[in-house]
Amino acid sequence: MTGHAAIDSIDILVILLYLVATGYLGWLGWKGTKSASDFLLAGRGAHPVIMAISYGATFISTSAIVGFGGVAGLFGMSLLWLTFLNIGVGIFIAFAVLGEPTRRIGHHLGAHTFPELLGLRYQSKGIQVFSGALIFLFMPLYIAAVMTGGSVFAASQFGVDFEVALLIFSLITAAYVIPGGLKAVMYTDTLQGIIMILGMLFLLWFTYDSLGGVIQAHQTLTSMANMVPKPLQEMGHQGWTAMPEFGWGAKNYELWWTVVTAIILGVGIGVLAQPQLIVRFMTVRSRRELDRAVPTGALFIILMTGTPFVVGSLSNAWFMQNGPLLHGKMVKQISAEQNRAVIHVMKEASPGRWEAVMNPKTGKPSLAPVAVAERQPAVDAKGQPFEKVSGRSIAVVYAKGQADEIIPTYITSALPRWFGLLFFLTLLSAAMSTMSSQFHTLGTAAGRDLWEQLIGKPADGQPSLKVVRLAIVAGLLVSVTLAYTVRDEYVIARFTAIFFGLCAATFMPAYIGGLFSRRVTRPGAVASMLVGFFVSLFWLLFIKSREAGAIGLVKAVTGGKSSLVEDVLNWPSVDPIVIALPLSLLTLALVSAVTRPPDTAHLARCFPEKPL
Amino acid sequence: MLGIEDPLIWLAYLACLAAAAVSVGYGIAQRNRAPDTLTREDRTWAKEEKKVENEL
Repeated sequence: MTGHAAIDSIDILVILLYLVATGYLGWLGWKGTKSASDFLLAGRGAHPVIMAISYGATFISTSAIVGFGGVAGLFGMSLLWLTFLNIGVGIFIAFAVLGEPTRRIGHHLGAHTFPELLGLRYQSKGIQVFSGALIFLFMPLYIAAVMTGGSVFAASQFGVDFEVALLIFSLITAAYVIPGGLKAVMYTDTLQGIIMILGMLFLLWFTYDSLGGVIQAHQTLTSMANMVPKPLQEMGHQGWTAMPEFGWGAKNYELWWTVVTAIILGVGIGVLAQPQLIVRFMTVRSRRELDRAVPTGALFIILMTGTPFVVGSLSNAWFMQNGPLLHGKMVKQISAEQNRAVIHVMKEASPGRWEAVMNPKTGKPSLAPVAVAERQPAVDAKGQPFEKVSGRSIAVVYAKGQADEIIPTYITSALPRWFGLLFFLTLLSAAMSTMSSQFHTLGTAAGRDLWEQLIGKPADGQPSLKVVRLAIVAGLLVSVTLAYTVRDEYVIARFTAIFFGLCAATFMPAYIGGLFSRRVTRPGAVASMLVGFFVSLFWLLFIKSREAGAIGLVKAVTGGKSSLVEDVLNWPSVDPIVIALPLSLLTLALVSAVTRPPDTAHLARCFPEKPL
Repeated sequence: MLGIEDPLIWLAYLACLAAAAVSVGYGIAQRNRAPDTLTREDRTWAKEEKKVENEL
């Protein structure tokens, strides 16, 4: 599938205008009073709508739109459970349950970063340093996911190579974050959020409209269950409007464990322990502001994640009805009634002579399920006559087997070119608003939580500015390198899920326990964080076959296996969060129960509203 | 329902809409319920936060 024509001068002009507008708002914020703390200092809060959109724009990135949207294109609408968790957990529980305690305790203790909040709550410099180190080391995975999402789309939209798009994306990012885009300027985030809203609304409307309305579109997709490719069927894929097959101990349950544990739970619950989101609660004026932000936050998130998950799934129906014709030799009939078949894809090598298109991964002829449009006599490369079957296929076929390419391929194929440009700005907005907070968190983790805790604050009182800048440049380089080297199927969603899962297992019990319980102790928190982190790491390196196999350590240990339990289905598909988070929670409870409670003076500082 | 046969999928679809509706309802119901006071501690925190931001 080819993308749009190469970038032209109007594209460049619109992108430049967007960047100038963003830069101008950022500059206004820089010199004016438009960051969250400025609002607080001015004695008032940011408008709840602005606060919610700003939070949402930080929450949602190209990872959700391109990465998880592509996963929905591959696996279907079961991902809507992730949208449900994004709203129910990521907005409702986060704002209504965790927001106020986080704000209060952060202000009581004078914490300004998430590691500092944990460190001060548990009176442990070690906890602060460990948390800062984890963020500094692993945040680049998530940044790489965001960058890959933007670059994959830019490459498809403007017809350039992925590497070129990544380079340009990195340069824009560097220009944005290094000189000062790190300041959490709410109006910039809001502009970006509004562009995201417009882009998503149009995308959703266009997709349903072009497929005949909501119910008709869903029915068409439901009727396509028999077009699921065989390898996905064997994993338990039952169609794009059906949950994967559930069970334990057989290959056909693999997809359920992947989708539910890694994608839905890992990211859906993991959001509660995202450092760049947690610090936002501390910049809020009051509980009332948090409550008022819930509606906008929920509507923003349903639009930002629900749309790509629905559109990603429905792109299969659009391609089956409107995609370019594929040609080939019939391998087997899927349904005579629906006139669907699996073909060996062929191309016209020379006029009138057709030859097989080989799958670069398997070295065998490429297979594609198609809705047959026509059948004609033709001649193959050896001069043998055959019946040429032509038809339209599903999204992942047009995306060349890469889930990450599904949304970009759909946008460039189905939507008008002007929308591609708007969508690019949508993605650029989503990426910039998320990355500014990612780099902010990474920079403060390196400077405030690592350097200043280990080496000390310089005598002149100036912060470790060079350290922060160096950390940001290093983070940027590592992220770009990861995005450049790891180009596997649905890598965007996987990188995101790894970071979210790691943060959840390591931080969540200690963070939530520290907000609500006086009985959790420092040893309990330390043990819980260590268990959460090392169990997750062990699982990623030795058990979860997709990650462990790619990293390769387990292969060296076992002589070629991709998991220590490769033969014990379905353990290699289970995400670490399912194991590490309960263990981390249990450790917090057990160790806290048998260790001395924190001293009452400290507890009185943490919870002055509730004296003992 | 909604052209989708699997109850777990249409339920997810409706659950998303319901979660958004509950969130909107919550926000409206709680609109003025919680206190909205800015303490000296909040101001001190904001001043320090401003310093941290500027240091970046």
